[in-house]
Amino acid sequence: MSSRDLILARVRRALAGVPDVEITRAYRGPSPAPGDIRLFEERVRDYRAVVHVVDEAGTAGQVARSLAGRGARRVVVPGGFPPRWLAAEGAEAVADDPPLSAADLDAVDGVLTTCAVAIAETGTIVLDAGPGQGRRALTLVPDYHLCVVRAAQIVAAVPDAVARLDPARPLTWISGPSATSDIELNRVEGVHGPRTLEVLIVT
Amino acid sequence: MSVTFLGMPADRPFPRNAARAVRDSQLRFNLRKATRTIRARRASVVAEAPDWAGLREAGRAIKEHTLRNLDRYLMQLEEAVTAAGGHVHWAADAAEANRIVADLVKATGETEVVKVKSMATQEIGLNEALLEHGVTAYETDLAELIVQLGDDRPSHILVPAIHRNRAEIREIFAEHMSGWGRPAPGDLTDDPEALAEAARLHLRERFLKTKVAISGANFAIAETGTMVVLESEGNGRMCLTLPRTLISVVGIEKVLPSWRDLEVFLQLLPRSSTGERMNPYTSMWTGAAEGQEFHLVLLDNGRTRVLADEVGRQALRCIRCSACLNVCPVYERTGGHAYGSVYPGPIGAILTPQLRGMGSELDRSLPYASSLCGACYDVCPVAIDIPSVLVDLRARARHPWPERAGMAAAGWVFERPGRLAGLQRAGGRLRRLVPRRLPGPLAGWTDTRDLPEVPRESFREWWDRTDGGRR
Repeated sequence: MSSRDLILARVRRALAGVPDVEITRAYRGPSPAPGDIRLFEERVRDYRAVVHVVDEAGTAGQVARSLAGRGARRVVVPGGFPPRWLAAEGAEAVADDPPLSAADLDAVDGVLTTCAVAIAETGTIVLDAGPGQGRRALTLVPDYHLCVVRAAQIVAAVPDAVARLDPARPLTWISGPSATSDIELNRVEGVHGPRTLEVLIVT
Repeated sequence: MSVTFLGMPADRPFPRNAARAVRDSQLRFNLRKATRTIRARRASVVAEAPDWAGLREAGRAIKEHTLRNLDRYLMQLEEAVTAAGGHVHWAADAAEANRIVADLVKATGETEVVKVKSMATQEIGLNEALLEHGVTAYETDLAELIVQLGDDRPSHILVPAIHRNRAEIREIFAEHMSGWGRPAPGDLTDDPEALAEAARLHLRERFLKTKVAISGANFAIAETGTMVVLESEGNGRMCLTLPRTLISVVGIEKVLPSWRDLEVFLQLLPRSSTGERMNPYTSMWTGAAEGQEFHLVLLDNGRTRVLADEVGRQALRCIRCSACLNVCPVYERTGGHAYGSVYPGPIGAILTPQLRGMGSELDRSLPYASSLCGACYDVCPVAIDIPSVLVDLRARARHPWPERAGMAAAGWVFERPGRLAGLQRAGGRLRRLVPRRLPGPLAGWTDTRDLPEVPRESFREWWDRTDGGRR
């Protein structure tokens, strides 16, 4: 008997005659209402991330200012990132084509991406490797992540985000910069992931 | 029956371990500070969620429903993972899981693997097993790194080095990092930021070059084959993303039926465990993501035995948040090592004896490692009634003979009112002779309790003498 059959047989024996239970979902489910931009801004800031709210016309300028403020000269920009948000002057945009090695990624000054969904209540951005986001390593190895979030992408709460996302895609949920609470349960920002997260909300 | 291995030797009973732990004032200080910090944080973010009770009930019901249909969901998960290009393996016990993982690593030709913190791999003692096959496993979670460098044992589900303070961690880093890779900076201070930075530098190169990673998973979605890992530091993302081969060892109880169920658990888990609205990073992948080779090892190791137990099976609902540890008055004083298992605290006190069986003195003593105050039940995000399971387990272990004799004597006395009245009269007269502490085999009772003072007369005697206070 294979271990698969053995385990399944043990499970069936354990469950013989046990009745099923009904699942009630008496909690706030997905809603059509958009997420609160101010709340998202506040919650992202709670994680000690840097947040700016800009309009469409001011986005390229703020991207340039943020990169300059950070001193980021070589920045990975994944395919599909809207060119209109990239100012002509300033940092050099590095493409991930052909794919950059982990060492290459470690050597750049930062990464500039869009996102798939953002969650107001928890201050979370979710990346799904779609246009402007790239593969998962791009937002992991560089020490600085600048993420542009369109206001329409902000949903109210976790159930709204789950409903909008496609599990077939690799997903990364990001809530603030990399952090640890392993030393006396004090939160320290910045371990292995980007130590600085900067979010631009485009209204 | 073979004894299920749970990552730690079970050589001494809990009371002896606890007695030693409570004498360690540094440990008590560290634990008190840490558990209080996290309790307050959890309470505030849980209070913030207006529908917490609804989420908790849904969490309980989803897990319960999954367990009752576990065979079906496991097969569905296998099919979905396979369809998405992953490989599924089944391990009946720790030895088989270790063998499967070792063979998979050897097939890659690599001798080093990076690890994401995982309870399942700790439970099966994977690192030690891999070492026997010439494979070195590097822990990458900061707390696991502290434990590994210090040749120590984890003492908390979420924060395995909770028993260490910053000064001790600095010592461990300064002394042992060089033996495992890049040494700690010479001027390392005990500032948590400096310690985190030292860990970052120590592990950076290893992340960038290691070809095989081993993880667990918080959830596995049957419907889609999606694996979910919650973490904080980014070490998880490093391991899950960069290596060419990823092996995830996952307990069979971690499966959830549908993608939608995550809307419940992604709220329950971060708020209950780290006391955050959301943990910094959550990774979700389905099968062979971005060209990676993916292996899922489904682990039984005693879980089906727990599943067969009518009362105890609810322990399999556990999502390893550790909220029950943080509120437990016993855990706060003894720490995790006293429980002699990788699963400490209240959940460990019900999970360990069930997974391992009640063969050893330690495992028989664990259901007593509780005052039954019920705080663990209150905070449990999937409403595991830990006190009830504890009481049920207590009834199963054979009690010591003095206790059985005492209970039999009490039963005889309470059987007839005359016997009780006679004993009360005798007790009232001889009250001066009752010792503060009981002698011989009964001393175990008074070691931790004061004997009640024997009154001069019983209530009934007083009533008869005074006509209910009128005379």
